[in-house]
Amino acid sequence: MKHVLGVLVDNNPGVLSKVSGLFSRRGFNIDSLAVGVTENPAISRITIVVDGDDYIVGQVTKQLNKLINVIKVAIISEDSISRELALIKVKATPETRNQIVDIVNIFRAKVVDVNRNSIIVEITGDDKKIGALEDMLNDFGILEMVRTGNISIDRGLKMVKYIHPDNEEVKFYGKNVL
Amino acid sequence: MKLTGAQVIIECLKEQKVDLIFGYPGGAVLPIYDALYNTKEITHILTAHEQGATHAADGYARATGKPGVVLVTSGPGATNTVTGIATAYMDSVPLLVFTGQVAGNLLGRDSFQEVDIAGITTPITKHNYIVKNPESLPHVIREAFDIATSGRPGPVVIDIPKDVQTAMIDLKPASSQPLEWKTRGKWFEHAENNKENMDKALKLLARCKRPVIYAGGGVNIGAANRELVDFAEKIKAPVCLSLMGMGAFPGEHPYFLGMVGMHGTRSANYAVSQADCLIAVGARFSDRVVSKVEGFAPEAEIIHIDLDPAEISKNVASHLSICDDVKSVLKELTERVEEKQENEWNDQIRKWKQTYPLKYRGKGPLSPQFVLEKLYEVTQGQAIITTEVGQNQMWAAQFYKYKEPRTFISSGGLGTMGFGLGASIGAAMGRPDRKVINVAGDGSFKMNSTELATVAKYKVPIIQLLLNNHTLGMVRQWQDLFFQGRFSHTSLGPDVDFVKLAAAYGIRAYRISSNEEVEDVLREAVSLDEPVLIECDINPNEKVYPMVAPGEAISNVID
Repeated sequence: MKHVLGVLVDNNPGVLSKVSGLFSRRGFNIDSLAVGVTENPAISRITIVVDGDDYIVGQVTKQLNKLINVIKVAIISEDSISRELALIKVKATPETRNQIVDIVNIFRAKVVDVNRNSIIVEITGDDKKIGALEDMLNDFGILEMVRTGNISIDRGLKMVKYIHPDNEEVKFYGKNVL
Repeated sequence: MKLTGAQVIIECLKEQKVDLIFGYPGGAVLPIYDALYNTKEITHILTAHEQGATHAADGYARATGKPGVVLVTSGPGATNTVTGIATAYMDSVPLLVFTGQVAGNLLGRDSFQEVDIAGITTPITKHNYIVKNPESLPHVIREAFDIATSGRPGPVVIDIPKDVQTAMIDLKPASSQPLEWKTRGKWFEHAENNKENMDKALKLLARCKRPVIYAGGGVNIGAANRELVDFAEKIKAPVCLSLMGMGAFPGEHPYFLGMVGMHGTRSANYAVSQADCLIAVGARFSDRVVSKVEGFAPEAEIIHIDLDPAEISKNVASHLSICDDVKSVLKELTERVEEKQENEWNDQIRKWKQTYPLKYRGKGPLSPQFVLEKLYEVTQGQAIITTEVGQNQMWAAQFYKYKEPRTFISSGGLGTMGFGLGASIGAAMGRPDRKVINVAGDGSFKMNSTELATVAKYKVPIIQLLLNNHTLGMVRQWQDLFFQGRFSHTSLGPDVDFVKLAAAYGIRAYRISSNEEVEDVLREAVSLDEPVLIECDINPNEKVYPMVAPGEAISNVID
C-alpha cells in the first residue's frame, strides 16, 4: 500500500542524502521523492511516497524522526491534494498532431512546444491522471518523459508545519498541526 | 575573543570538560595538534593505529559514562576509525570523532588524503558534520557533544577542513538556553501514550503469574541498575540479560537467570519461553537474543520500556510500550505496582537453575571456563572486563559475574574482533581505580595487537588474558556443528609466540597450560601495577554451551 509522508528538514546541504540513505540502508522502497523549500527558508519539505505495510511506514517514520536534521514527519491523509507535473515528448507528424492535441485537451494538459517531428506536453495531476495520459500517448510513441514526483498537502487547517512548542500558535492550531 | 579554529576546538573541548583524547596526527590536523602542544589540561594518547584510538575512546566512554574523544587526520586516518565508529553506534556509545579534512578549495577534487568521511559514516553515526563555515565551529562542537551524550547516546563525526582550523573565529561563550535541536519535541505523541500505557502495564503486572524481566544495555547506560533490582524484588520476577545488559543486574542475585538467547542459560531461555509477561527494559530484541521470532516468549504479553521509540516493535511486536528514560520508568513502576508474592513460578525457576547450572567438561588440562571462574574469584568481581569477540567473549559473559554497570565492556552489536585491547586501554585510563582485564582469543588479539605498543608506551597496568586455541574458535564451533566439521580456514597456528611478542614490547608475560597454574599466575598478575599478558593454552575443541542453533526457538537448547 502506498503512503505519502511529508517530512520537514533543515535546509542544509547533505540532509537529502541522509534521508535517502536511510531508505536504502533499512531496505524501504521509495516510489517517489520530491524536495523544495517551504514558507520558512530555513526548512525544506520532502514528500516521499513509500510502498509498504503499516510496519514499514511505522519504521520509516520512527527512523526518520531519529535523524537530527529531520524536524517533523507526518503521514498525509488519503483525501489530501496531491499533484505531480510531467513533461512528455511525443512523436508527432502532421497527420497525428491534431489527434494528440485533442487528447491533450481532454486531459486539460498543455502543449508547450511543437516542431516538425514532436510535441512536448505538460500535465499536472495525480499519479492516475498522468498514468492515463501516458497510456494514451504511448500509441503515438513517447520519446522522452520527465516527472517531478508527487507533492501533497492536507485540506483545511490540517498541516505539516513546524511551530516551536512554546509558541502561542500551537494553542491556536492545536491538533491540526501534524 | 579571536582565536584560530584549532584553538577554538581546544577551548570547546575544555568547555566540555574533556581531559583525555585518543588520536593520531597527520597533515590535515596539524593546526589542531599544534594547538594541543601547549594545552596542559588535555592529555593526548597516541595509539598505534586510528582504529585502536577509536576503540580506546569507546572503552573509556563505556567504563566512565563520559564521551570518548578521537582526533585523526583526513583520508586513511578517517577511514581507519570507521570500524570503531560502527562498533560504538551499534552499542550506543557516546563518541566524538574529529577528523581533519583537506582545505575547502581542494574539496571534491580527489585531493591527497581526501575522503568523504561524512558520507561514509552517515549510516553509522547518530549525526555528523562537515564544518564549512568557520564561524559555526563552536556551535557545531557544542551541539555534537549534546547529541552524542543525550537520549540514546551514539557517535558523532565532525569533519573539519584545514582552512577552517586556521581561520580566525570569534569565540562567544555558550548560551545557557537548551540547543535548538533539542527543543523540537519530535516525540510528543509517544510521551502522550506513556501515561495510559503505564496504567495498563500496572494492571498487567498485577494479574500476570509468570513474569520475566529481560534487561539490556539501556539499563547500564541509564544507570538504572538499583531501580531494576527494586522492581524485580517487588514483583518477584526473575531477570535475564542480553550481552549488553551484563552488569545491569547483580550476577549473584537469587533472581538472576544469566544471559538469554543464543548462548543463554537454559533457565533464562526456558523462563522467557514460558513467561506470561515479559518486561523488556532498555533492550532491543537483537537476533542473537530472539533467534526465531515466533518462538520468542510465545505465551507472553510484552511490555517494552525503552528511550528510543524506534526500537518499539522493530524486531518483536510488543503489547505495551513506555518510551522514556528507563530509570524514571522503573522507579515509577516500582512505586505504583502492587507487591507480588513468590508463587509456583519462582519455584519452577529455582528448579531450573538447580538442574541446569552453567557447566563445562574440560577438554584438556586447562579449561577456559575455569580460568574465567578463577578470575572472578581472584578479583572478587571488582575488575572491569573487556573482551574480544567470539568464544572468549561468551565465556567472559557466562563465567564472570558482574555486579554493576560499566564493568563488562564488549562489542555486542557489531561483534568487532580486535575491539578489546583498545577498549581495555581506554577503560583503564578512565577508571584507574579498577583493574582492567581484556579477555581475548588469539584470532581477535592478532587483529589489533599493534596496540601493545600503546600499552607499553604508557605503561597501562592492564592484563591481556589470551585464551589461545590456535583457531577461530567460534567459527570453528559452527563449522563443527553445522558444516560437518569442514574446518575451512579457521586454523591459525601455531604461528605467534605471544610470550615473545609481549617481550618485544617489554611487557611481562606468562604462559599457563594447566588448571593448577591458573590461580597463582592470576594472583600475581592482578597484584602487579604494570602491563601483563597471560597466554592460556586451551583446546581447540572447547565449545561455548548452551547454544541455540540459528533460526531455532530459544527453548531448543543444545549442550
